[in-house]
Amino acid sequence: MTTHTKRVLTDGMRKGVSYLLLTCLALVFLIPFFWMLSTAFKTPAQLYLDPPVWIPDPITLDNFIKGWDYVDFNRYVLNTLFITIVGTLGTVVTSALVAYGFARFPSRWNGPLFTIVLATLMLPSQVTLIPAYMMYSKLGFVDTYLPLLLPAWLGGGAFNIFLLRQFIRGIPRELDEAAEIDGCGTFKIFYKILLPAMKPVLTTVGVMALIGNWNDFMGPLIYLNSESKYTIAIGLQFFNQNFGTGKMNYLMAVSILTTLPLIILFFCAQRYFVQGITMSGIKG
Amino acid sequence: MKTIMNKKTAANRESALAKRRTRSFFTYIMPWLIGFLGLTLFPMIFSLYLSFTDSSIGAASNFIGFENYINIFKIDPDFWKAVRNTLAYVAVFVPLSTVFNITIAMVLNQKLKGRGLYRVAFYIPSVCAGVAVTLLWGWIFNTDYGILNNFLSWFGIEGPSWLVDPKWSMWAIVIVNLWTQGNTIIIYLAGLQDIPVSLYESAQIDGATWWQKTRKITLPLLTPTIYFNVLLCLIGASQMFNQPYLLTKGLPGEETTYTYMMHAYNNAFRFGNNGYACALSWILLVAILCFTLVYQSTSKYWVNYSTES
Repeated sequence: MTTHTKRVLTDGMRKGVSYLLLTCLALVFLIPFFWMLSTAFKTPAQLYLDPPVWIPDPITLDNFIKGWDYVDFNRYVLNTLFITIVGTLGTVVTSALVAYGFARFPSRWNGPLFTIVLATLMLPSQVTLIPAYMMYSKLGFVDTYLPLLLPAWLGGGAFNIFLLRQFIRGIPRELDEAAEIDGCGTFKIFYKILLPAMKPVLTTVGVMALIGNWNDFMGPLIYLNSESKYTIAIGLQFFNQNFGTGKMNYLMAVSILTTLPLIILFFCAQRYFVQGITMSGIKG
Repeated sequence: MKTIMNKKTAANRESALAKRRTRSFFTYIMPWLIGFLGLTLFPMIFSLYLSFTDSSIGAASNFIGFENYINIFKIDPDFWKAVRNTLAYVAVFVPLSTVFNITIAMVLNQKLKGRGLYRVAFYIPSVCAGVAVTLLWGWIFNTDYGILNNFLSWFGIEGPSWLVDPKWSMWAIVIVNLWTQGNTIIIYLAGLQDIPVSLYESAQIDGATWWQKTRKITLPLLTPTIYFNVLLCLIGASQMFNQPYLLTKGLPGEETTYTYMMHAYNNAFRFGNNGYACALSWILLVAILCFTLVYQSTSKYWVNYSTES
Protein backbone atom coordinates (compact mmCIF):
# COMPACT_ATOMS: atom_id res chain seq x y z
CA MET A 1 0.00 0.00 0.00
CA THR A 2 1.37 3.38 -0.86
CA THR A 3 1.48 6.06 1.81
CA HIS A 4 -1.09 7.92 -0.20
CA THR A 5 -3.56 5.07 -0.13
CA LYS A 6 -2.89 4.55 3.56
CA ARG A 7 -3.56 8.22 4.20
CA VAL A 8 -6.80 8.16 2.23
CA LEU A 9 -7.94 5.15 4.22
CA THR A 10 -7.09 6.66 7.60
CA ASP A 11 -8.70 9.91 6.54
CA GLY A 12 -11.77 8.05 5.46
CA MET A 13 -11.86 6.14 8.73
CA ARG A 14 -11.50 9.33 10.68
CA LYS A 15 -14.31 10.96 8.74
CA GLY A 16 -16.49 7.94 9.34
CA VAL A 17 -15.80 7.93 13.05
CA SER A 18 -16.47 11.67 13.14
CA TYR A 19 -19.86 11.28 11.51
CA LEU A 20 -20.72 8.49 13.90
CA LEU A 21 -19.62 10.42 16.93
CA LEU A 22 -21.40 13.60 15.89
CA THR A 23 -24.62 11.83 15.02
CA CYS A 24 -24.71 9.97 18.33
CA LEU A 25 -23.92 13.08 20.31
CA ALA A 26 -26.42 15.19 18.38
CA LEU A 27 -29.09 12.60 19.13
CA VAL A 28 -28.18 12.60 22.80
CA PHE A 29 -28.39 16.36 22.83
CA LEU A 30 -31.80 16.34 21.18
CA ILE A 31 -33.39 13.42 22.99
CA PRO A 32 -34.51 15.49 25.99
CA PHE A 33 -36.56 17.63 23.61
CA PHE A 34 -38.18 14.56 22.08
CA TRP A 35 -39.01 13.34 25.55
CA MET A 36 -40.49 16.73 26.38
CA LEU A 37 -42.70 16.47 23.30
CA SER A 38 -43.66 12.92 24.10
CA THR A 39 -44.63 13.72 27.68
CA ALA A 40 -46.64 16.77 26.64
CA PHE A 41 -49.07 14.63 24.65
CA LYS A 42 -49.63 11.99 27.29
CA THR A 43 -52.60 11.37 29.51
CA PRO A 44 -51.80 11.23 33.23
CA ALA A 45 -52.12 7.47 33.18
CA GLN A 46 -49.24 7.16 30.73
CA LEU A 47 -46.80 9.17 32.80
CA TYR A 48 -45.82 6.62 35.36
CA LEU A 49 -45.09 3.64 33.19
CA ASP A 50 -42.09 1.45 33.61
CA PRO A 51 -40.68 0.99 30.99
CA PRO A 52 -41.53 4.49 29.75
CA VAL A 53 -43.58 4.91 26.64
CA TRP A 54 -42.31 7.16 23.90
CA ILE A 55 -45.27 7.43 21.61
CA PRO A 56 -48.37 8.20 23.63
CA ASP A 57 -51.50 6.26 22.85
CA PRO A 58 -53.94 7.93 23.07
CA ILE A 59 -52.46 11.28 22.12
CA THR A 60 -54.09 14.20 23.83
CA LEU A 61 -53.93 17.94 23.34
CA ASP A 62 -55.56 18.50 26.72
CA ASN A 63 -52.35 19.27 28.53
CA PHE A 64 -51.67 22.36 26.49
CA ILE A 65 -55.01 23.88 27.37
CA LYS A 66 -55.47 22.63 30.91
CA GLY A 67 -51.83 23.12 31.86
CA TRP A 68 -51.82 26.67 30.60
CA ASP A 69 -54.90 27.60 32.58
CA TYR A 70 -53.86 25.81 35.74
CA VAL A 71 -51.92 28.86 36.83
CA ASP A 72 -52.04 32.25 35.21
CA PHE A 73 -49.64 31.70 32.34
CA ASN A 74 -51.24 34.37 30.22
CA ARG A 75 -50.18 36.89 32.79
CA TYR A 76 -46.76 35.34 33.24
CA VAL A 77 -46.10 35.57 29.51
CA LEU A 78 -47.17 39.21 29.42
CA ASN A 79 -44.91 40.00 32.35
CA THR A 80 -42.01 38.19 30.76
CA LEU A 81 -42.62 39.97 27.47
CA PHE A 82 -42.61 43.31 29.20
CA ILE A 83 -39.37 42.64 31.05
CA THR A 84 -37.77 41.15 27.97
CA ILE A 85 -38.67 43.98 25.63
CA VAL A 86 -37.82 46.81 28.00
CA GLY A 87 -34.70 45.08 29.22
CA THR A 88 -33.41 44.21 25.77
CA LEU A 89 -34.07 47.72 24.50
CA GLY A 90 -32.20 49.19 27.43
CA THR A 91 -29.28 46.85 26.95
CA VAL A 92 -28.89 47.58 23.26
CA VAL A 93 -29.27 51.34 23.57
CA THR A 94 -27.09 51.96 26.59
CA SER A 95 -24.33 49.53 25.75
CA ALA A 96 -24.06 51.11 22.30
CA LEU A 97 -23.81 54.61 23.75
CA VAL A 98 -21.29 53.60 26.38
CA ALA A 99 -19.24 51.64 23.87
CA TYR A 100 -19.21 54.72 21.64
CA GLY A 101 -17.85 56.71 24.54
CA PHE A 102 -15.06 54.23 25.20
CA ALA A 103 -14.22 53.69 21.56
CA ARG A 104 -14.14 57.18 20.13
CA PHE A 105 -13.17 59.54 22.90
CA PRO A 106 -9.61 59.21 24.07
CA SER A 107 -9.08 60.64 27.49
CA ARG A 108 -6.82 59.86 30.39
CA TRP A 109 -9.83 58.35 32.11
CA ASN A 110 -10.70 56.08 29.23
CA GLY A 111 -8.08 53.38 29.83
CA PRO A 112 -8.49 52.98 33.59
CA LEU A 113 -12.27 53.03 33.44
CA PHE A 114 -12.36 50.46 30.69
CA THR A 115 -10.10 48.23 32.75
CA ILE A 116 -12.73 48.47 35.46
CA VAL A 117 -15.38 47.47 32.95
CA LEU A 118 -13.38 44.36 32.15
CA ALA A 119 -12.76 43.65 35.82
CA THR A 120 -16.48 43.61 36.52
CA LEU A 121 -16.78 40.71 34.09
CA MET A 122 -14.98 38.58 36.64
CA LEU A 123 -17.07 39.71 39.59
CA PRO A 124 -19.16 37.00 41.20
CA SER A 125 -22.70 38.30 41.35
CA GLN A 126 -23.13 37.25 44.96
CA VAL A 127 -21.07 40.11 46.31
CA THR A 128 -23.46 42.73 45.05
CA LEU A 129 -26.62 40.65 45.31
CA ILE A 130 -27.48 41.03 48.95
CA PRO A 131 -26.67 44.70 49.48
CA ALA A 132 -28.36 45.53 46.16
CA TYR A 133 -31.42 43.76 47.48
CA MET A 134 -31.25 45.70 50.71
CA MET A 135 -30.87 48.96 48.80
CA TYR A 136 -33.84 48.20 46.59
CA SER A 137 -35.77 47.19 49.63
CA LYS A 138 -35.15 50.54 51.32
CA LEU A 139 -36.19 52.31 48.12
CA GLY A 140 -39.36 50.28 47.96
CA PHE A 141 -38.38 48.70 44.66
CA VAL A 142 -38.81 45.12 45.77
CA ASP A 143 -41.76 43.43 44.11
CA THR A 144 -41.45 45.75 41.14
CA TYR A 145 -39.66 45.21 37.87
CA LEU A 146 -37.15 47.99 38.52
CA PRO A 147 -34.35 45.85 39.99
CA LEU A 148 -34.55 43.69 36.90
CA LEU A 149 -34.60 46.55 34.43
CA LEU A 150 -32.22 49.10 35.94
CA PRO A 151 -29.01 47.16 35.21
CA ALA A 152 -30.09 46.91 31.58
CA TRP A 153 -30.52 50.64 31.26
CA LEU A 154 -27.42 51.56 33.23
CA GLY A 155 -24.76 50.30 30.90
CA GLY A 156 -26.29 47.13 29.57
CA GLY A 157 -23.60 44.79 30.82
CA ALA A 158 -19.82 44.83 30.66
CA PHE A 159 -19.61 42.11 28.06
CA ASN A 160 -21.84 43.98 25.62
CA ILE A 161 -19.86 47.17 26.12
CA PHE A 162 -16.69 45.23 25.40
CA LEU A 163 -18.14 43.60 22.30
CA LEU A 164 -19.50 46.82 20.84
CA ARG A 165 -16.40 48.82 21.62
CA GLN A 166 -14.26 46.31 19.77
CA PHE A 167 -16.58 46.56 16.81
CA ILE A 168 -16.66 50.34 16.72
CA ARG A 169 -12.88 50.43 16.81
CA GLY A 170 -12.98 48.48 13.59
CA ILE A 171 -14.97 51.18 11.84
CA PRO A 172 -12.61 53.64 10.16
CA ARG A 173 -12.40 56.97 11.89
CA GLU A 174 -12.34 58.72 8.53
CA LEU A 175 -16.08 58.26 8.38
CA ASP A 176 -16.47 60.02 11.69
CA GLU A 177 -14.16 62.79 10.63
CA ALA A 178 -15.91 63.31 7.32
CA ALA A 179 -19.18 63.74 9.15
CA GLU A 180 -17.58 66.07 11.64
CA ILE A 181 -16.34 68.28 8.84
CA ASP A 182 -19.86 68.35 7.54
CA GLY A 183 -20.85 69.85 10.86
CA CYS A 184 -22.22 66.80 12.67
CA GLY A 185 -22.10 66.78 16.43
CA THR A 186 -21.02 63.69 18.34
CA PHE A 187 -24.50 62.28 18.63
CA LYS A 188 -25.27 62.73 14.95
CA ILE A 189 -22.06 60.94 14.07
CA PHE A 190 -23.14 58.12 16.32
CA TYR A 191 -26.65 58.04 14.96
CA LYS A 192 -26.02 58.46 11.26
CA ILE A 193 -22.64 56.82 10.73
CA LEU A 194 -21.86 54.30 13.42
CA LEU A 195 -25.24 52.89 14.35
CA PRO A 196 -26.12 51.69 10.82
CA ALA A 197 -22.71 50.07 10.53
CA MET A 198 -23.23 48.33 13.85
CA LYS A 199 -26.47 46.62 12.90
CA PRO A 200 -25.08 43.06 12.91
CA VAL A 201 -23.41 43.33 16.32
CA LEU A 202 -26.37 45.15 17.76
CA THR A 203 -28.59 42.32 16.61
CA THR A 204 -26.31 39.86 18.32
CA VAL A 205 -26.36 41.85 21.55
CA GLY A 206 -30.11 42.16 21.28
CA VAL A 207 -30.69 38.47 20.68
CA MET A 208 -28.44 37.45 23.56
CA ALA A 209 -30.14 39.94 25.88
CA LEU A 210 -33.53 38.69 24.78
CA ILE A 211 -32.69 35.11 25.66
CA GLY A 212 -31.10 36.13 28.94
CA ASN A 213 -34.14 38.11 29.99
CA TRP A 214 -36.60 35.45 28.92
CA ASN A 215 -34.83 32.72 30.87
CA ASP A 216 -33.80 34.75 33.90
CA PHE A 217 -34.71 32.90 37.07
CA MET A 218 -32.74 34.16 40.03
CA GLY A 219 -33.56 37.84 39.52
CA PRO A 220 -37.32 37.40 39.43
CA LEU A 221 -37.08 34.82 42.20
CA ILE A 222 -35.53 37.30 44.57
CA TYR A 223 -37.37 40.45 43.62
CA LEU A 224 -40.87 39.40 42.63
CA ASN A 225 -43.20 38.41 45.41
CA SER A 226 -46.70 38.90 44.08
CA GLU A 227 -47.99 36.10 41.93
CA SER A 228 -49.43 38.60 39.49
CA LYS A 229 -45.92 39.77 38.68
CA TYR A 230 -44.38 36.36 38.12
CA THR A 231 -42.46 35.63 34.97
CA ILE A 232 -42.60 32.39 33.02
CA ALA A 233 -39.54 31.04 34.79
CA ILE A 234 -40.99 31.64 38.24
CA GLY A 235 -44.42 30.51 37.07
CA LEU A 236 -43.04 27.15 35.99
CA GLN A 237 -41.30 26.61 39.29
CA PHE A 238 -44.36 27.85 41.17
CA PHE A 239 -46.52 25.34 39.31
CA ASN A 240 -43.99 22.58 39.77
CA GLN A 241 -43.58 23.15 43.47
CA ASN A 242 -47.24 23.50 44.39
CA PHE A 243 -49.14 21.41 41.89
CA GLY A 244 -46.48 19.50 40.06
CA THR A 245 -46.84 15.97 41.45
CA GLY A 246 -48.38 13.78 38.85
CA LYS A 247 -48.74 16.62 36.41
CA MET A 248 -45.57 16.30 34.43
CA ASN A 249 -47.66 16.26 31.27
CA TYR A 250 -49.03 19.72 32.04
CA LEU A 251 -45.58 20.99 32.94
CA MET A 252 -44.02 19.70 29.75
CA ALA A 253 -46.81 21.06 27.58
CA VAL A 254 -46.46 24.51 29.06
CA SER A 255 -42.68 24.27 28.88
CA ILE A 256 -42.88 23.59 25.18
CA LEU A 257 -45.16 26.57 24.62
CA THR A 258 -42.89 28.89 26.57
CA THR A 259 -39.65 27.59 25.07
CA LEU A 260 -40.92 27.64 21.49
CA PRO A 261 -40.38 31.38 21.00
CA LEU A 262 -36.71 30.92 21.83
CA ILE A 263 -36.31 28.07 19.40
CA ILE A 264 -38.00 30.04 16.64
CA LEU A 265 -35.82 33.04 17.44
CA PHE A 266 -32.78 30.82 17.26
CA PHE A 267 -33.62 29.53 13.82
CA CYS A 268 -34.27 33.02 12.53
CA ALA A 269 -31.20 34.60 14.05
CA GLN A 270 -28.73 31.73 13.94
CA ARG A 271 -25.99 33.55 12.18
CA TYR A 272 -26.05 36.41 14.65
CA PHE A 273 -25.16 34.06 17.46
CA VAL A 274 -22.14 32.66 15.75
CA GLN A 275 -21.22 36.03 14.34
CA GLY A 276 -21.28 37.66 17.71
CA ILE A 277 -18.89 35.15 19.11
CA THR A 278 -16.52 35.39 16.20
CA MET A 279 -16.54 39.14 16.31
CA SER A 280 -15.99 39.50 19.97
CA GLY A 281 -12.64 37.80 19.89
CA ILE A 282 -13.50 36.15 23.18
CA LYS A 283 -11.30 33.59 21.71
CA GLY A 284 -8.41 35.54 23.02
CA MET B 1 6.07 87.41 19.36
CA LYS B 2 3.64 86.15 16.77
CA THR B 3 5.05 82.62 16.84
CA ILE B 4 4.82 82.46 20.62
CA MET B 5 1.22 83.62 20.45
CA ASN B 6 0.48 81.03 17.75
CA LYS B 7 2.03 78.26 19.78
CA LYS B 8 0.02 79.31 22.81
CA THR B 9 -3.26 79.43 20.92
CA ALA B 10 -2.44 76.12 19.33
CA ALA B 11 -1.79 74.64 22.76
CA ASN B 12 -4.99 76.21 24.06
CA ARG B 13 -6.92 74.76 21.19
CA GLU B 14 -5.43 71.37 21.92
CA SER B 15 -6.33 71.41 25.57
CA ALA B 16 -9.77 72.78 24.72
CA LEU B 17 -10.15 69.84 22.35
CA ALA B 18 -9.02 67.42 25.01
CA LYS B 19 -11.43 68.96 27.48
CA ARG B 20 -14.26 68.66 25.00
CA ARG B 21 -13.35 65.06 24.33
CA THR B 22 -13.30 64.23 28.01
CA ARG B 23 -16.65 65.89 28.46
CA SER B 24 -18.16 63.91 25.60
CA PHE B 25 -16.52 60.78 26.93
CA PHE B 26 -18.19 61.14 30.28
CA THR B 27 -21.51 62.07 28.73
CA TYR B 28 -21.65 58.87 26.76
CA ILE B 29 -20.41 56.53 29.44
CA MET B 30 -22.65 58.12 32.05
CA PRO B 31 -25.17 55.24 32.15
CA TRP B 32 -22.42 52.75 32.83
CA LEU B 33 -20.74 55.00 35.34
CA ILE B 34 -23.94 55.50 37.29
CA GLY B 35 -24.64 51.81 37.14
CA PHE B 36 -21.16 50.92 38.24
CA LEU B 37 -21.10 53.33 41.14
CA GLY B 38 -24.66 52.65 42.27
CA LEU B 39 -25.14 48.98 41.50
CA THR B 40 -21.64 47.62 41.79
CA LEU B 41 -19.19 49.72 43.76
CA PHE B 42 -21.52 51.01 46.41
CA PRO B 43 -23.15 47.62 47.07
CA MET B 44 -19.71 46.05 47.27
CA ILE B 45 -18.57 48.53 49.91
CA PHE B 46 -21.90 48.30 51.69
CA SER B 47 -21.63 44.53 51.66
CA LEU B 48 -18.15 44.72 53.13
CA TYR B 49 -19.49 46.92 55.89
CA LEU B 50 -22.44 44.61 56.48
CA SER B 51 -20.13 41.63 56.77
CA PHE B 52 -18.83 43.17 59.97
CA THR B 53 -22.32 43.54 61.44
CA ASP B 54 -25.01 41.18 62.58
CA SER B 55 -27.50 42.69 60.18
CA SER B 56 -30.58 40.59 59.68
CA ILE B 57 -34.03 41.09 58.29
CA GLY B 58 -36.23 43.13 60.57
CA ALA B 59 -33.63 43.71 63.28
CA ALA B 60 -31.26 46.61 63.80
CA SER B 61 -27.68 45.92 62.91
CA ASN B 62 -24.81 46.14 65.29
CA PHE B 63 -21.16 46.22 64.60
CA ILE B 64 -19.63 42.93 65.61
CA GLY B 65 -16.22 43.05 64.05
CA PHE B 66 -14.85 39.79 62.72
CA GLU B 67 -17.40 37.63 64.52
CA ASN B 68 -19.12 36.60 61.29
CA TYR B 69 -15.86 35.53 59.76
CA ILE B 70 -14.81 33.62 62.84
CA ASN B 71 -18.17 31.86 62.95
CA ILE B 72 -17.93 30.99 59.29
CA PHE B 73 -14.56 29.37 59.59
CA LYS B 74 -14.87 27.82 63.03
CA ILE B 75 -18.50 27.09 63.81
CA ASP B 76 -20.55 26.82 60.63
CA PRO B 77 -20.70 23.15 59.63
CA ASP B 78 -22.37 23.93 56.33
CA PHE B 79 -19.70 26.37 55.24
CA TRP B 80 -17.03 23.73 54.83
CA LYS B 81 -19.52 21.43 53.19
CA ALA B 82 -20.42 24.18 50.73
CA VAL B 83 -16.76 24.89 50.03
CA ARG B 84 -15.99 21.22 49.55
CA ASN B 85 -18.95 20.69 47.25
CA THR B 86 -18.24 23.76 45.17
CA LEU B 87 -14.56 22.90 44.84
CA ALA B 88 -15.43 19.32 43.92
CA TYR B 89 -17.87 20.48 41.31
CA VAL B 90 -15.43 22.99 39.84
CA ALA B 91 -12.57 20.49 39.86
CA VAL B 92 -14.70 18.02 37.95
CA PHE B 93 -16.69 20.28 35.69
CA VAL B 94 -14.08 22.72 34.40
CA PRO B 95 -11.61 20.16 33.00
CA LEU B 96 -14.37 17.84 31.86
CA SER B 97 -16.31 20.51 30.02
CA THR B 98 -13.15 21.98 28.49
CA VAL B 99 -12.07 18.64 27.06
CA PHE B 100 -15.64 17.91 26.00
CA ASN B 101 -16.06 21.25 24.26
CA ILE B 102 -12.71 21.24 22.50
CA THR B 103 -13.18 17.67 21.32
CA ILE B 104 -16.57 18.38 19.82
CA ALA B 105 -15.30 21.61 18.32
CA MET B 106 -12.40 19.77 16.73
CA VAL B 107 -14.66 17.13 15.27
CA LEU B 108 -16.99 19.83 13.98
CA ASN B 109 -14.07 21.70 12.45
CA GLN B 110 -13.68 19.21 9.65
CA LYS B 111 -15.31 19.63 6.28
CA LEU B 112 -18.30 17.47 7.01
CA LYS B 113 -21.67 17.43 5.39
CA GLY B 114 -24.46 18.68 7.57
CA ARG B 115 -22.12 20.60 9.81
CA GLY B 116 -24.75 23.30 10.21
CA LEU B 117 -27.29 20.78 11.44
CA TYR B 118 -24.92 19.37 14.01
CA ARG B 119 -24.15 22.87 15.19
CA VAL B 120 -27.85 23.53 15.68
CA ALA B 121 -28.26 20.33 17.67
CA PHE B 122 -25.45 21.27 20.03
CA TYR B 123 -26.44 24.90 20.36
CA ILE B 124 -30.18 24.71 20.96
CA PRO B 125 -29.99 23.40 24.53
CA SER B 126 -27.96 26.41 25.60
CA VAL B 127 -30.51 28.75 24.02
CA CYS B 128 -33.33 27.11 25.93
CA ALA B 129 -31.41 26.84 29.18
CA GLY B 130 -33.96 27.84 31.74
CA VAL B 131 -36.35 26.54 34.30
CA ALA B 132 -38.31 24.51 31.77
CA VAL B 133 -35.45 22.34 30.59
CA THR B 134 -34.00 22.02 34.08
CA LEU B 135 -37.30 20.58 35.29
CA LEU B 136 -37.33 18.38 32.21
CA TRP B 137 -34.01 16.93 33.25
CA GLY B 138 -35.39 16.44 36.73
CA TRP B 139 -37.96 14.18 35.13
CA ILE B 140 -35.36 12.42 32.99
CA PHE B 141 -33.37 11.66 36.12
CA ASN B 142 -36.38 10.20 37.89
CA THR B 143 -35.34 6.94 39.54
CA ASP B 144 -38.27 4.78 38.53
CA TYR B 145 -39.83 6.43 35.51
CA GLY B 146 -37.04 8.48 34.03
CA ILE B 147 -35.68 7.60 30.61
CA LEU B 148 -32.07 7.65 31.73
CA ASN B 149 -32.45 4.75 34.10
CA ASN B 150 -34.61 3.01 31.54
CA PHE B 151 -31.81 3.36 29.02
CA LEU B 152 -29.28 2.00 31.49
CA SER B 153 -31.50 -0.98 32.19
CA TRP B 154 -31.09 -2.07 28.56
CA PHE B 155 -27.48 -2.79 29.50
CA GLY B 156 -28.48 -4.49 32.68
CA ILE B 157 -27.37 -1.55 34.81
CA GLU B 158 -29.61 -0.53 37.62
CA GLY B 159 -29.63 3.24 37.45
CA PRO B 160 -29.11 5.12 40.70
CA SER B 161 -31.45 7.63 42.32
CA TRP B 162 -29.81 10.46 40.48
CA LEU B 163 -31.25 13.35 42.39
CA VAL B 164 -31.71 11.71 45.74
CA ASP B 165 -28.51 9.74 46.20
CA PRO B 166 -25.76 12.14 47.27
CA LYS B 167 -23.20 10.03 45.47
CA TRP B 168 -24.86 10.80 42.16
CA SER B 169 -26.64 14.13 42.47
CA MET B 170 -23.55 16.13 41.68
CA TRP B 171 -23.02 14.07 38.55
CA ALA B 172 -26.61 14.72 37.53
CA ILE B 173 -25.92 18.43 37.69
CA VAL B 174 -22.66 18.00 35.79
CA ILE B 175 -24.59 16.23 33.04
CA VAL B 176 -27.22 18.95 32.82
CA ASN B 177 -24.56 21.63 32.60
CA LEU B 178 -22.56 19.77 29.98
CA TRP B 179 -25.71 19.61 27.93
CA THR B 180 -25.93 23.40 27.78
CA GLN B 181 -22.33 23.94 26.73
CA GLY B 182 -23.34 24.74 23.16
CA ASN B 183 -22.22 28.33 23.16
CA THR B 184 -18.79 27.45 24.51
CA ILE B 185 -18.41 24.80 21.83
CA ILE B 186 -19.07 27.46 19.22
CA ILE B 187 -16.47 29.71 20.83
CA TYR B 188 -13.86 27.00 20.60
CA LEU B 189 -14.91 26.28 17.06
CA ALA B 190 -14.34 29.91 16.18
CA GLY B 191 -10.96 29.75 17.85
CA LEU B 192 -10.05 26.67 15.84
CA GLN B 193 -11.09 28.29 12.61
CA ASP B 194 -8.72 31.11 13.31
CA ILE B 195 -5.75 28.79 12.99
CA PRO B 196 -4.26 29.22 9.53
CA VAL B 197 -4.78 26.19 7.35
CA SER B 198 -1.33 26.69 5.87
CA LEU B 199 0.22 25.49 9.12
CA TYR B 200 -1.57 22.19 8.83
CA GLU B 201 -0.63 21.90 5.20
CA SER B 202 3.07 22.30 5.86
CA ALA B 203 2.83 19.82 8.69
CA GLN B 204 1.12 17.43 6.34
CA ILE B 205 3.95 17.76 3.86
CA ASP B 206 6.40 17.03 6.64
CA GLY B 207 4.50 13.82 7.30
CA ALA B 208 2.97 14.74 10.65
CA THR B 209 0.30 12.49 12.10
CA TRP B 210 -3.03 13.76 13.32
CA TRP B 211 -1.94 13.58 16.94
CA GLN B 212 1.25 15.46 16.23
CA LYS B 213 -0.66 18.15 14.43
CA THR B 214 -3.04 18.47 17.35
CA ARG B 215 -0.33 18.60 19.94
CA LYS B 216 2.00 20.97 18.14
CA ILE B 217 -0.36 23.24 16.20
CA THR B 218 -3.96 23.08 17.34
CA LEU B 219 -3.60 23.09 21.08
CA PRO B 220 -0.83 25.67 21.40
CA LEU B 221 -2.66 28.09 19.13
CA LEU B 222 -5.89 27.51 20.98
CA THR B 223 -4.40 28.44 24.34
CA PRO B 224 -5.66 32.05 24.42
CA THR B 225 -9.22 30.81 23.88
CA ILE B 226 -8.73 28.10 26.47
CA TYR B 227 -7.28 30.53 28.96
CA PHE B 228 -10.20 32.91 28.76
CA ASN B 229 -12.92 30.31 28.70
CA VAL B 230 -11.53 28.25 31.55
CA LEU B 231 -11.54 31.37 33.70
CA LEU B 232 -15.11 32.24 32.77
CA CYS B 233 -16.18 28.64 33.24
CA LEU B 234 -14.67 28.57 36.68
CA ILE B 235 -16.28 31.80 37.80
CA GLY B 236 -19.60 30.65 36.43
CA ALA B 237 -19.32 27.26 38.07
CA SER B 238 -18.65 28.80 41.47
CA GLN B 239 -21.91 30.71 41.21
CA MET B 240 -24.14 27.94 39.93
CA PHE B 241 -27.60 28.35 41.35
CA ASN B 242 -30.49 27.15 39.22
CA GLN B 243 -29.77 23.43 39.20
CA PRO B 244 -29.19 22.94 42.92
CA TYR B 245 -32.24 25.08 43.69
CA LEU B 246 -34.59 23.44 41.20
CA LEU B 247 -33.38 19.86 41.19
CA THR B 248 -32.22 19.17 44.70
CA LYS B 249 -33.85 22.04 46.60
CA GLY B 250 -30.53 23.39 47.89
CA LEU B 251 -31.16 22.88 51.54
CA PRO B 252 -28.41 22.43 54.13
CA GLY B 253 -29.32 18.79 54.50
CA GLU B 254 -28.12 18.21 50.95
CA GLU B 255 -24.82 16.43 51.02
CA THR B 256 -23.15 17.01 47.68
CA THR B 257 -25.11 19.64 45.83
CA TYR B 258 -25.06 22.22 48.58
CA THR B 259 -22.97 24.78 46.80
CA TYR B 260 -21.42 27.98 48.06
CA MET B 261 -23.99 30.02 46.18
CA MET B 262 -26.81 28.11 47.86
CA HIS B 263 -25.26 28.67 51.26
CA ALA B 264 -25.05 32.41 50.68
CA TYR B 265 -28.56 32.50 49.24
CA ASN B 266 -30.00 30.54 52.13
CA ASN B 267 -28.38 32.72 54.70
CA ALA B 268 -29.60 35.88 53.03
CA PHE B 269 -33.08 34.91 51.89
CA ARG B 270 -34.15 31.86 53.81
CA PHE B 271 -32.59 32.57 57.19
CA GLY B 272 -32.37 36.34 56.92
CA ASN B 273 -28.77 36.66 58.11
CA ASN B 274 -27.67 39.47 55.85
CA GLY B 275 -24.41 40.32 57.56
CA TYR B 276 -23.37 36.68 57.61
CA ALA B 277 -24.25 36.24 53.94
CA CYS B 278 -22.21 39.29 53.04
CA ALA B 279 -19.22 37.86 54.84
CA LEU B 280 -19.66 34.66 52.83
CA SER B 281 -19.79 36.63 49.59
CA TRP B 282 -16.62 38.54 50.38
CA ILE B 283 -14.75 35.38 51.21
CA LEU B 284 -15.71 34.06 47.78
CA LEU B 285 -14.68 37.29 46.10
CA VAL B 286 -11.28 37.25 47.73
CA ALA B 287 -10.84 33.59 46.83
CA ILE B 288 -11.68 34.24 43.18
CA LEU B 289 -9.41 37.29 43.15
CA CYS B 290 -6.49 35.30 44.51
CA PHE B 291 -7.12 32.53 42.05
CA THR B 292 -7.34 34.95 39.13
CA LEU B 293 -4.05 36.55 40.07
CA VAL B 294 -2.31 33.20 40.34
CA TYR B 295 -3.95 32.01 37.13
CA GLN B 296 -2.90 35.18 35.34
CA SER B 297 0.70 34.77 36.42
CA THR B 298 0.84 31.22 35.09
CA SER B 299 -0.44 32.37 31.73
CA LYS B 300 2.98 33.26 30.41
CA TYR B 301 4.02 29.64 30.74
CA TRP B 302 1.40 28.11 28.60
CA VAL B 303 -0.54 30.73 26.67
CA ASN B 304 0.74 31.67 23.22
CA TYR B 305 -0.52 34.98 22.04
CA SER B 306 -0.12 35.05 18.29
CA THR B 307 1.78 37.94 16.84
CA GLU B 308 -1.00 38.94 14.54
CA SER B 309 -3.55 39.72 17.27
